[in-house]
This record gives sequence, structure tokens and C-alpha cells, in this order.
Amino acid sequence: MPIHNEFDSIAALRDALRDRKVSALEIADSALQAVQASSLNAFLHIDPELTRAQARAADALLAQGDAPSLAGIPIAHKDVFVTRGWRTTAASKMLADYTSPFDATVVQRLHQAGAVSLGKLNCDEFAMGSGNENSAFGPTRNPWNREAVPGGSSGGSAAAVAGGLAMATTGTDTGGSVRQPAALCGVSGIKPTYGTVSRFGMIAFGSSLDQAGPIARHARDLLELLDPMSGFDERDSTSLEDCDGVANAPGRIRNAFDAANARFDAAGPRPLEGLRIGVPEEFFNEGLAADVAQAVENALSVYESLGARRVAISLPRTRLSIPAYYVIAPAEASSNLSRYDGVRYGHRAQSYTDLADMTSRTRAEGFGPEVRRRILVGTYVLCHGYYDAYYLQAQRIRRMIADDFQRAFADQCDVIMGPVTPTAAKRIGENRDDPTADWLADIYTLGVSLAGLPGMSIPCGFSADPSPLPIGLQIVGNYFREGELLAIADRFQQATDWHQRKPESK
Amino acid sequence: MEWEIVIGLETHAQLSTESKIFSNSSTRFGAAPNTQANEIDMALPGSLPVLNRGAVERAIQFGLAIGAHVAPRSIFARKNYFYPDLPKNYQISQFEIPVVQGGSLRFFVGDEEKTVNLTRAHLEEDAGKSLHENFTGPHGESSTGIDLNRAGTPLLEIVSEPEMRSAAEAVAYARTLHALVVWLGICDGNMQEGSFRCDANVSVRPKGQKEFGTRCEIKNLNSFRFLERAIQYEARRQIELIEDGGKVVQETRLYDADRDETRSMRTKEDSDDYRYFPDPDLPPLVIQPEWVERIKASMPELPAAKRERFESELGLTGYDAAQLTMDRAVAAYFEETAAVLPGGQAKLAANWVLGELSAALNRDEIGIAQCRVKAASLAALIQRIIDGTISNKIARDVFAAMWDGEHDGNPDAIIEARGLKQISDAGAISGMIDDVLAANPAIVEEYRAGKQKAFNSLVGQVMKATKGKANPQQVNDLLKEKLG
Repeated sequence: MPIHNEFDSIAALRDALRDRKVSALEIADSALQAVQASSLNAFLHIDPELTRAQARAADALLAQGDAPSLAGIPIAHKDVFVTRGWRTTAASKMLADYTSPFDATVVQRLHQAGAVSLGKLNCDEFAMGSGNENSAFGPTRNPWNREAVPGGSSGGSAAAVAGGLAMATTGTDTGGSVRQPAALCGVSGIKPTYGTVSRFGMIAFGSSLDQAGPIARHARDLLELLDPMSGFDERDSTSLEDCDGVANAPGRIRNAFDAANARFDAAGPRPLEGLRIGVPEEFFNEGLAADVAQAVENALSVYESLGARRVAISLPRTRLSIPAYYVIAPAEASSNLSRYDGVRYGHRAQSYTDLADMTSRTRAEGFGPEVRRRILVGTYVLCHGYYDAYYLQAQRIRRMIADDFQRAFADQCDVIMGPVTPTAAKRIGENRDDPTADWLADIYTLGVSLAGLPGMSIPCGFSADPSPLPIGLQIVGNYFREGELLAIADRFQQATDWHQRKPESK
Repeated sequence: MEWEIVIGLETHAQLSTESKIFSNSSTRFGAAPNTQANEIDMALPGSLPVLNRGAVERAIQFGLAIGAHVAPRSIFARKNYFYPDLPKNYQISQFEIPVVQGGSLRFFVGDEEKTVNLTRAHLEEDAGKSLHENFTGPHGESSTGIDLNRAGTPLLEIVSEPEMRSAAEAVAYARTLHALVVWLGICDGNMQEGSFRCDANVSVRPKGQKEFGTRCEIKNLNSFRFLERAIQYEARRQIELIEDGGKVVQETRLYDADRDETRSMRTKEDSDDYRYFPDPDLPPLVIQPEWVERIKASMPELPAAKRERFESELGLTGYDAAQLTMDRAVAAYFEETAAVLPGGQAKLAANWVLGELSAALNRDEIGIAQCRVKAASLAALIQRIIDGTISNKIARDVFAAMWDGEHDGNPDAIIEARGLKQISDAGAISGMIDDVLAANPAIVEEYRAGKQKAFNSLVGQVMKATKGKANPQQVNDLLKEKLG
């Protein structure tokens, strides 16, 4: 049992580390042991010596007494963030032996904040999937039930936190890949506003949608990672310098969190008095499982008891978010993944007749079926003659979806809440013969991604299964409201204990 | 049947930035393979492009110089195709909304002035280079190497309307364009290194027909001579094909300089669908009017403006003004020369710069920067023509001596030392005329009989007797007087 699990929060572990009650090296060693003993298949690459070197460096800083906020905190990165030390494979055979000569900005920033990395986490190949079954290195298992998927694409990231292997992890969210696995594993996750966290060093899937975000047990721990992760980066041209008049830099989200908290504290026994929660009718459609609907309903009641008010809203184009997303994301992916051709790095076919044959064989062998499927879809929708009908039309719908959210935030509500997924985690292999069935289950998360809004998931209950599986509550805010979202989630977690439930150790 | 040739040019000018268009690696030419390619140029996983402002500035300068619209908002797009020296397997370019829109170029083809409109100019990145020759793989097998030093080099692709009607026009356009980008300093113009290369779209149609014929694109012409020959060959090929009852197929062709012919590279049927779409890694390129104004203020006087001024203020012909403004250093040399001469004598200076001086430069294959005869010396020489010290003809000899560095290139010292001072003493000239008339009675007779040629012959005799030093006008006048 890793030592860090004895601490309820990063803040508590930080205090212990600073008081030298425990060393970063002890923390790292116990976590590494657990990772090595784990059967979750959450980790793809570990390098104990590298981790221990980072832990020793953190200990040195802690000994000096001026350690940064995450000094000694054991984390791990989704394997789409490139790292100098560990291999970076994007869970693909294509990059099975690839090591990057540079670190992703997210990796660099968390390292600078003192975090100790345990290694790289399993995920869907190139972040394409929602069950972690598309990994070339085998599926990650859900700590609550080994037969269930952990969600995806950041399945390893969610499973590692839920399984107690890491205090917090990084993930990426293109259409729900942080929120959905967090929900299915009973942990918390946040995808911030597009442009607030640098994409430099994040292996691209859908560039206009990809955004990194942390996964942890609760909102306060999310804040500990998200705040230092975010900030303008001149190496990413889509990274923002300014967030509504506030510089995009570490401190921005923490300050907003503190300000919101102070407001809530001042409000007395009903801290969220005046908060208007928009509940979109389209999120409670016929596809929503009864147990999920009930858990979300209960969560909304908790919020009401905290002083918030429910407002029925409509996001009329929710259903259109599926086709829009599954045109735009594959279109961008088809181009982003063109670079994997076996010429400069990565997998190259053993035998081929000519150049074209080398490219096709390399890509046919190197990519798994879901990645190939999306490349084909993306190539098709960009083709001359189809571009207007698919890609441009999807972009139009995307703008309309973003407008729908803006209308709701302008007139009706401060935050939007609803389910993350229509059901709790499915069984591994369940939709194997119907690959697009999984696409439909992304209905509640895609709109937020298309609009570039911040969204998070926090645990709010369990399914009616004989072996109950976690259910998540989605909270969506307007642009740059990450601090407020976390503070609102934190109030829920002060009032409930869903986030403290742990799967039985198996 | 009479045929008309229709030509449009697409020119790639490599922009003179220190670093690449989307990365900070160097653009220097000739480095060891792959030593100037970083993670962005190699398209390593996780790398992202960041636009080089210097490249945009150069595009804006070009737009201003041709009187084009500089788009306040333009879009970078991905042009998707697989090729091993294209590391991302897409090229970042501009497609629907380019940064420079419209504009025109004026130039002379022989004595005739021509204006060609430009469609657009857009920013894009260059690809790397495949090394097919003398390259062996790790096991000694013949192989192809990839050098990515050039990958990501900034290019401005300049597209003309199909408004040229002969190879000579196309070459004149290309030369003027070349002169302009070098003048602006946005391109080094080095054609051997590929800094300036043209693709020519060529079609033919019966004279008088409105519709264009089917065009062929000839790729990568990196000299004006190849451009001219390729167009000539291609037009001839198409005309012969049609006259023999065939049909031109739209295709991309390559010019083989050794055989002086174009060859098919690929036809439109098997051409790629580039699947252009806006690059999600790069936000729209927004150019504020203030930025354009700042660049405008910092730019040198443009050739077009200088040309106007040479015509209106200095009274030069359009042709001379155009010739003098092909090269910034030549224009400056001319201006320096003309500045010290009395008003109204700029034409003389233009004649000398475009005539004697240019011929000498060409003969020695040097540029004006290496010219030994400085503008001040040339002006001093021209001054001696104006004040009647020497004739135009003698001045050419003096110039040759200056060119050879005699007397440190000082024209007065050369005139003095060689005794070339013009004889303007009426008495002396009169005496010599008398001698000539006395010695050539037969010619005098012919003149009297009405033969004008005889007069010229007598003038020649007098000039010969004075070793060319007599003032020709004076000789004329006196001779006429004496012959009554």
C-alpha cells in the first residue's frame, strides 16, 4: 500500500513532506512498488531510477525549506505527453520504441513545481477511444471491477488514481477523455478552457479540441495540479496570453478559487446562495440509464441544499455534437497522424516494394483499427467535393453549439450540470462488434469540447449493478471559470463522501 | 493559323529571414545535412509551429511594393500529401485567404511597356530535399537520404494572372519581380541556390479566341534562360500537337535543360487531392493597420516611385527610368551621378550609366558594388562633355582609361596627360579646314554637285587631322561657312 494513500490530500502530504515526517524517496519507492505489483495495466513505462532521482532532488529542496508546491508529490503522465526520460508511445505500436528528445510543457511545469513522476500511463491509442481498449499494450482495468473498462482515453490516468497508485495524474481531453474516465473510475477530473494549458509536447489528436487536464481524488487536489500546469506558452500558438483580462499564468486559477471560496464562506450556512445551476433537458434523454439519472438528481439536490437554484435550460444542438465532433476530430487527426510514416522515427514495415508501399504497410501495421478508422473518416470528409458538406457544415454546427452555451450563460445560469456518461462503465469487449456505439456515449461531453469550455467530473454515486460502479457529475462553466468550478465542486465534496470511497483492494 | 501563347507564372521567393518560418532553426544555405533541423522541422511528436514575424513583415513589404491589398486577416492551411522529404506529410501554406491579394508589376519588353496583374502572394514553408545520388544506406545498399535543412524555409509564392503572351514577356516579368524582391531585401535572389524559382503555366489558343486553351505547368525553372526556353519549347509542342489533330492534356511537366525539352511528370487525373483545411495549430494571421504603416515608413523608396520621379523630375524616358530602377545600387549610382550635373543633364547621365558603364560591368561580369569608376568620377567626366572640354567620342576613350585605373581614374588627369582637350580655337580649326579643302578638291566638287555624303567625308577628314579633338559642332559650322 503506497504511503501517499494515508494522506487525504496533496496539501496534507505536502505538510508531512515539509515537516520531514516522510521523505519524497519513501513516497516514490512505495508508489513504485505498488505500480509494479499492480494488475491494472495502468502504467506503460516506468523507470525506477529516474523516479528516484526526481524524488531525491525533491528531498533536497524540501531539506532546504524552500520547496515548490508539489515537491515530492507522486504523479504520473498520460503517455501522450512526450518525456525525455521515459518512452512516449501514445499507446501505439507505431511509437513502441520512441523516446522524445524534449519534455512537454505540462511535464516540464509539473517537474518545476517539484512533482515526482512515476512514469507513463496507459490510454487509448493516440487518445482515440473511450474505454482504454484501443491501447496497443492491452486494456487498463477499472479498479472497481476488473471486468469493466476504466473509460478513456485517459483510462490509465483515472485508474491509477482510483487504484491508489498515484496521488494525481495528467490526462488529455479531446471529446471527454478526462471527464469520462474520471466519472467511470470514481475520481475527479477537469478539462480547462481551450488555450489555457499548453499543447506543446502533447501528441496531437484533434488540435482544435485537445486540452490537457489533471485527474485526482477531489477538487482541491485538481487545483494543486491545474494551477501550475496552466499558463501561456510561446511554443504553442493557440495558447492564450490573457484570460478575460487576467494573465494566463500560474496563480490565476488559484486566486479565482480562493476568491470564490471566500465568497461562499461569507454567505453562511447556504454557501452557494444565488448560484444558478442550468440543467439541460437534452442531457436527460431516453439514452440515460436510470441509476445515472438518479445519482445526478441526488447530486443536484445536494447543491440545492447548499443554496443553489436549479434552472431548466436547453442546449438544442446536443445531439448534433456527435456528428460534428466525429467529422472535425477525425479530419484533424487524419492530418496530424500523417507524420507517422516510418521515414524518420517510429515503426517501419520490414519489407516493401516501393515508397508508397512502405508508407501504406508501415501505417497499416503501426496503427490499430480505431485509429485507422478515424484516419479514413477524416481523410474522406476533407476530400474535394465532400469538404463543404462535411467539414464546413460541422464547423458551422460547432459555432452554433458554442452559441447555445453562451446564450445559457448570458441569460439563465452560472454553471451547467448533468451526467458525464449515459451509463456506468461497460464491460471490457462489450461493443467490440459495433465500434461506433461508443461514439454515441460521448453525447454529454462533446459539446463542451466543441465549445472549448471548461468542464469537470466529480463522483456522485454508484450504479445499480451487483458490483456497483461509480457515476460522475459533470459541471461546466463559462470560459476561464476553472477556479469557480473547482470551488463549487469542492463545496459538494465538503458535503458528501463519494470522493472518499475506495475500491476494495483486490 | 496564328496562335497566341498565354503564360502565367508562379514564383517561389525564399524570404531572407535568419530562421525558419515556423521554427527557430537557421536558414543558412549549405550546412551539413540535417544540422539545421530541430524538432519542429523534423515533425517530432508533440512539436508545434510558431509563425516567424519576420516572414510576415517581408510579405507585407512585398504587398506594399506592388500596390496590393495586405489582408488584415489571413489563414494558414494544411496541404496534405505524402512525400518523404515533407516531414509532417502536410505543408503549411495559405489557401483560401492569402496575406497579399492583387497588385501589379510594370515593366518593358523591348520598347513596349507592359503591366501584369498579380493574383496573390502567400506565405508557406519549403520541404526538405531527397538525396538520391551517391547515397548508401547503413548496409552499403543504394538508398535515398533525406536532408531536412531546407524544410520549413520561408517562401513567398507569388502568383500572376495569365497575362503574358510570349516567353520574352514572361522573362521580363520574372526579371522585374526578381529585381523587386532583391531591391526590397526580402529575398537574396540567388537562383543557383533555389532562392528564386518559377513555375510556368503555358497554354495556346488561336489568335482572337477568348477561351483559354488547356494549360500545362512547367515546374521549378531556376534561371531566366531556362524559363524562356521551356516556354518556347512548350508552346511549340502544344501548337504542333494541336495542328496534328491532337489535344493538350492538363499536366505537370519538367524542363530538361540538357535536352531542351519538357517532359510529362504527372497528369491531372493522377494528381493529389490535397485536402486543404485551416491549420488548427495556427490562429488566423491578424495584421493591424499600424503594423503595415510602420513597415511602410521604414521601407526604401520603391522602384515604381523612383521610376515615376526619374520621369517627372529628371525628364528621363519611361524606358530609361525603368532600366535604371531594376537594381537599387544602379539607381543610387545614377542618382549620385546626376545630382552633381547641371539641371537638364540627367539624360546624359542615364545614357552613360545604361550605356558605357553597364557594358563595362557586363564585360567584366561584376556588379555595380565592385565598380572601380565611382559615381563622382563619372559625373566629372560627363561634366567635361557638357563644358565642351572633350567630345562624347573622346569621353569614351577617357572612360576606358578610367576603367583601367589610369591616373587613379581621374578624368581630368587622363585628359591632360593624353592631350585630349578639345580644340575650340576657331583660328586653329579654320587653318586645318583650309588644308583639308586644299588637299581634296575632288570631294569639294562632289559636294558642290549636291552630294551630302561628301560633306560628311570632309568633316571626317578634319576630325582625323585634329585626332578627334576638334569641337565637332564648330567644325560643321566653319566648314559650311567656307564652302559657302
